[in-house]
Amino acid sequence: MSTVASLTRATLAKDLRLEWRSKDAINSMLFFSLLVVVIFSFSFDPTAEESRQIAGGLVWVAFLFAAVVALNQTWAREMRNQVLDAYRVSPAPPNALFLAKAAGNFIFVSVLQALMTPLFIVFYNLRALGPTYQLPIVAALGTWALVVNGTFFAAMSLRTRSREIMLPLLLFPISIPAILAMVEATGAILTGEFSAKFWIVLLAAYDVVFTMASLFLFGFVLQAE
Amino acid sequence: MKRVFPILAVLTAALLSYALYGALVAAPTEQTMGDVQRIFYYHVPSAWTAFILFFINFFASVAYLIWRNTKADIVALVTAEVGVIFCTVVLVTGPIWARPVWGIWWTWDLRLTLTLVLWLIYVSYLVLRRFSSSGQTPLLAAVLAVFGALDVPLVYFSIWFFRTQHPQPVVGGGGSIDPRMLHVLLINWAAFSCFAALVCWSRYRLEVLRREVDETLALEALLEPRSSQSRISQTGSAG
Amino acid sequence: MSYLYAAYVATWAIHIAYLGTLLRRYSRLRSEIEELKSRIKD
Repeated sequence: MSTVASLTRATLAKDLRLEWRSKDAINSMLFFSLLVVVIFSFSFDPTAEESRQIAGGLVWVAFLFAAVVALNQTWAREMRNQVLDAYRVSPAPPNALFLAKAAGNFIFVSVLQALMTPLFIVFYNLRALGPTYQLPIVAALGTWALVVNGTFFAAMSLRTRSREIMLPLLLFPISIPAILAMVEATGAILTGEFSAKFWIVLLAAYDVVFTMASLFLFGFVLQAE
Repeated sequence: MKRVFPILAVLTAALLSYALYGALVAAPTEQTMGDVQRIFYYHVPSAWTAFILFFINFFASVAYLIWRNTKADIVALVTAEVGVIFCTVVLVTGPIWARPVWGIWWTWDLRLTLTLVLWLIYVSYLVLRRFSSSGQTPLLAAVLAVFGALDVPLVYFSIWFFRTQHPQPVVGGGGSIDPRMLHVLLINWAAFSCFAALVCWSRYRLEVLRREVDETLALEALLEPRSSQSRISQTGSAG
Repeated sequence: MSYLYAAYVATWAIHIAYLGTLLRRYSRLRSEIEELKSRIKD
């Protein structure tokens, strides 16, 4: 058990260090996220009352696009340097690699969200009428839901034609209950009309189910390459 | 084996015709919706058949993951394809039914939405099968099928709760059903199940043949260089 | 009323279209097998 944890930490630290040094991916993704927010603000220009109701959907669709861009390059570095082959022959448990990648993506997408959210608040004059403390919970659970499946499907897409389109193609249908939960929960918190509790529980259940499934089945996918 | 198929095909056609007669003529006309309600006899059995096929796909995929049995993989492929066809029927007949009855093409009705999500998941499954390189396709597809199956209860609960917060019309009518209508419904279901079974069987045989031909072609490609090399040595010695 | 027939026709159109693709794939396989057989004879 400790091997998995230490391996995960080591791999994650390596990824973060590499990313921080080059900053190539994060810069382009930041700009992409900003563009998404601006385009959405031009396209949907609601009143304050309406904006609280639809902001949940808008924000999460924008996050989804940003997440897909981030997820598509998850394994790019490993592919370039045949790291996956090395990992396959090593006795290291594949779960550690997966967890590290997923955690890295989670941090990555969370940073993007942290930067996009103030922009959304500004453009849409958002103010939460419900319990605000629930928002970070929804954000964390929702982001993990997208990232855990996204990292897994990114690995599955590695040996397919049209790799970049394969990832969202596989990810979106499976993520539908999670996306519905995220959007509804955010809307509930912003409007204050409903309780977001059910959606938060659903998101938590989704996260547990798919984290376990990914950990259990990642070995197969790694061997398949 | 081959002689049985035409007999079964004729029997299924007969059953389907009888079921069609039941749906259009024998079944009583519904009070509120009128004759349009008869779409029900095609819409619901198609949904049940699709769900059963996807259920079989799940078990075939798990069987493949555990035992790497090629037959299980082919069953998974076949049930996914035919399941998507029946799903498409549900998604087409649903709106055609909803339009005259409720004036809208689409509603987030539980069965309709669940069918849409399943359709999306299995179309992505079929795309994965087509786009991945042949070595690991069965394995990846089986993993995806497991993910899809895990998703289904979550989809169900999310739609169910969504509908309690945002009430929507119900396609297909809830509540009790007239026993004569139930009778026609079950006959249509039996007919479509037989039809689905035959289509799956045909697709299965097609796939087996396809893989045999592919293997033969691959073997031929392996053997080809040797035969052309012997030809070269012959001309060398002659010249 | 026309909606009812549209639904039934659509259902069978979908099924027949799929069966059509199966037949097309089957005939293509058949011709491939014939070609293989003729190559073995050579």
